[in-house]
Amino acid sequence: MDASWINGLIGGVLIGCAGAIYLLVNGRIMGASGIIGGLVDGSARAMWKERGAFLLGLFALPALLAATVLPSQTNLTPNLIVVAIAGVLVGVGTRIANGCTSGHGVCGISRLSLRGIVATIFYILAGGLTVVLFRHILGVI
Amino acid sequence: MRALFAFIAGSLFGTGLLISGMTNTQKVIGWLDVFGNWDPTLAFVMGGAILPMAAAWAYSRGRSPKLGGTFPTPPEPKVGRNLVIGSTLFGAGWGLAGLCPGPSIASLSFGGTGGMVFVAFMLAGMILTPRLKSQLALA
Repeated sequence: MDASWINGLIGGVLIGCAGAIYLLVNGRIMGASGIIGGLVDGSARAMWKERGAFLLGLFALPALLAATVLPSQTNLTPNLIVVAIAGVLVGVGTRIANGCTSGHGVCGISRLSLRGIVATIFYILAGGLTVVLFRHILGVI
Repeated sequence: MRALFAFIAGSLFGTGLLISGMTNTQKVIGWLDVFGNWDPTLAFVMGGAILPMAAAWAYSRGRSPKLGGTFPTPPEPKVGRNLVIGSTLFGAGWGLAGLCPGPSIASLSFGGTGGMVFVAFMLAGMILTPRLKSQLALA
């Protein structure tokens, strides 16, 4: 086993600390899909500064780190049709479910929210089945 | 002040995603791929994130946010159709590309054309969802 689980754990703690700051200081749940979705569909115009600042940090610091000390790659599939379909599914799905991996997963499970736990079970099951179907059976990804 | 701390939280979130490897789509797909070469990293990320967050929820009890207002109240513990349908659609997209909303933004600077296409279509989906929900009577 390689050491990537240590990086996973360290990164995870940072993610949890980010959520803790956003909760304890700003009084909000750190859910990426809600923060982004509320900005683009106009439902959270009153909080655009706070949300915009969050997204600026989310984009800019990784950009700086990736360009300097932590060269990174997404290794995303080159098939742009698959990428586009995946993007729509993620956008529509997270907004219908009212949360994604950060909101339902990190913030929901940590307060033992039934909704967060159920959402996480369903997106992991759906993700797992999708990988089986499209990687092992159809060979698309 | 609100914007400053939101910026700090966003920066920390993005750094965590980058360090943990969650901006690498193959690590995410590797975690979902239980019949392939299974990669346990995501479980460590989730576990690591849930610990400080659980402490924060515990600390929040009986207190108020530092910058005013009130803490979000727990939603009705109702597991509705929207939660199940939405999470299933999201999971399918997550498995296809290996990206979810947070990492898609955090990796935008080095994700190339594909990363931009993903974000553009994700935003389009988010913009269309209110209309879609009323059409499908999911509202």
